[in-house]
Amino acid sequence: MFKRIMVPVVLEHTERMQRTLQVAADLARQYEASIIFVAVTGKVPSAIASTPEEFAAELDLFAREQGDRAGVPTDALAVLSNDPGAELEKQLLEAVRSTEADLVVMGSHPPGVADALHLIGSHSAWLVRHTEVSVFAVR
Amino acid sequence: MDESSIDAQELIAELEEVYETEYEIGQDNIERLGLDMHNPVFFVSAGLIVLFVVASLLFPDAAKSGLEATKAWIQVTFDWVLLSAGNVFVLFCLALIVLPVGRIRIGGDDATPDFSLMSWFAMLFAAGIGIGLMFWGVAEPAAYYTDWHGTPLETAAYSDQARPAALGATMYHWGLHPWAIYAVVALALAFFAYNKGLPLTIRSTFYPLLGDRIWGPAGNVVDVLAVLATIFGLATSLGFGAQQAAAGLGFLFAFTDGLTTQLIIIACVTGLALISVLRGIDGGVKLLSNINMLLALVLLLFVIIAGSFSSFLTNYIETLKGYTQYILPLSNPIGRSDDIFYHDWTIFYWAWWISWSPFVGMFIARVSRGRTVRQFLTAVLVVPTLVTTIWMAAFGGGGLDQIDEGIGKLADGIGDEALVLFQMLENLPLSAITSMLGICLVLVFFVTSSDSGSLVIDSITSGGKTDAPVTQRVFWATMQGVIAAVLLSLGGSAALDALQAGAVSTGLPFTFVLLAMCVSLAMGLRHEHQLNQALQA
Repeated sequence: MFKRIMVPVVLEHTERMQRTLQVAADLARQYEASIIFVAVTGKVPSAIASTPEEFAAELDLFAREQGDRAGVPTDALAVLSNDPGAELEKQLLEAVRSTEADLVVMGSHPPGVADALHLIGSHSAWLVRHTEVSVFAVR
Repeated sequence: MDESSIDAQELIAELEEVYETEYEIGQDNIERLGLDMHNPVFFVSAGLIVLFVVASLLFPDAAKSGLEATKAWIQVTFDWVLLSAGNVFVLFCLALIVLPVGRIRIGGDDATPDFSLMSWFAMLFAAGIGIGLMFWGVAEPAAYYTDWHGTPLETAAYSDQARPAALGATMYHWGLHPWAIYAVVALALAFFAYNKGLPLTIRSTFYPLLGDRIWGPAGNVVDVLAVLATIFGLATSLGFGAQQAAAGLGFLFAFTDGLTTQLIIIACVTGLALISVLRGIDGGVKLLSNINMLLALVLLLFVIIAGSFSSFLTNYIETLKGYTQYILPLSNPIGRSDDIFYHDWTIFYWAWWISWSPFVGMFIARVSRGRTVRQFLTAVLVVPTLVTTIWMAAFGGGGLDQIDEGIGKLADGIGDEALVLFQMLENLPLSAITSMLGICLVLVFFVTSSDSGSLVIDSITSGGKTDAPVTQRVFWATMQGVIAAVLLSLGGSAALDALQAGAVSTGLPFTFVLLAMCVSLAMGLRHEHQLNQALQA
């Protein structure tokens, strides 16, 4: 059913992603699919890395660890953006195309006050509206 | 491994240790409602903004007289400090261009530029100085030539010397000095973020001097001050800009402009800025900057050709001559007797440029990764200055020609300084089109300022992060519009004057901050140079 599962990650908050990672791993095993972890980063230093190269290395390491743990083939794609705050969703959509993923598994916050006030939008909801592939929003 | 290579390894390890900090970017941040804000910088800044706005509305006259007195006191008491500091920044930048540290590449040896040269130059003008060139390009030389409010070095108005003095003095205010101020801040921010891995906030530039103390109260104070200077500088400019644009529209279409027109202009600018913010740097501010550069080029070529190319050439030579002839006497703080010009123009500009430097500097830093220190400083200092000489020769020189020849309204002297550009264009062909083009340029420059300003404030108030939700930038862009609108409708010009005087007054503390930044940057660059040499050996 699925060959390539894309999992967007925020490396700063992997501890909040355990359920998402579990779902992705289970689906990958069931369909004998591979997982590609995608993270969008800016060029200024962050808590994860001080250069984009370092960031890509951290993401590679994360992907390998997850692959070893789940026993499925994994890959990593660090997307560089001049403005990650504004371009995240567009970059993820582009990553779906470039990685040829046929399923996106991503974490999503339950709708709350912030959504009602339109303070933040849901990245997964946006992706559902804009991509043709399946999207699994994990809560 | 022989002994010398062990020594080299030790030296490298020792050097690398200097910038190893326990601080993790974002560790002081609060994440609520999906937002990501630095504590206390975000909350203190927001609180102080509300406090200042409310105070200036409740007590407009007291706020105006208090803050304007502060500004005037700074202009008179610290005139020599500001003027000398400006000279220090220019010399510092020139020294870095020729010294070996000029080879250091921002972002490391393998970094490549994120933007093409053209887009980069366009964005240099977008953040701060573009609007000023539109408004003052004609008005400032005309003001000096006619002794509207003081003349440089007390040159007699309308005299033979008055022309080169007027053009030279205007170039002095818009040339190497402002760009050197921006360049120092921009280079320091870019260097410590992209080369030393520190967060993109003002406080990071003091790491060599203060070490880990920058994460504490001292750093908070500098960052909050930068936020306040930026937001009040932008909001008051937007307020005054709306008045000027409304006056321009009123002049063009012969209607009496009022508060409603001004508020509509603020709403339009803020609305466009919000769209631009949501589209991100590439789809927003970069695109608009490129469009604006193209429009400005069209207007410039039109003024050169329509005004007569031969007089442009004469004016260009006069501008260059005036600039080289007057740059040293005007940079000299000792024995000045031209009080009005010296304090009300030069020192005002210097305080203004310096108070805007955190904003413009940080935006330039954000888009300058991948260039060497030498390329960066040459491009930020020399290219904009050269572009400005052409602009001044065409617009300023053209205006002076009209005054000399007794053509149009300018010949009667300056009435409303906001209308001078349009009065000059009126005497050239197709003035309806070119004036509209002028107004569009001004408005788009306001949009790019508002957008880049929100980007900068968001970065500072989220502890140097650039991936905070874009909602936060929407908040800061909206705040600028709301502050401008509220001040205009409830407090009128008095409230705007008050807050603008407050914003300009931050120029004094920032002068010392910037001087310290030069020392800090020199230490950082020296360290990087030593490290590079050790790595190569």
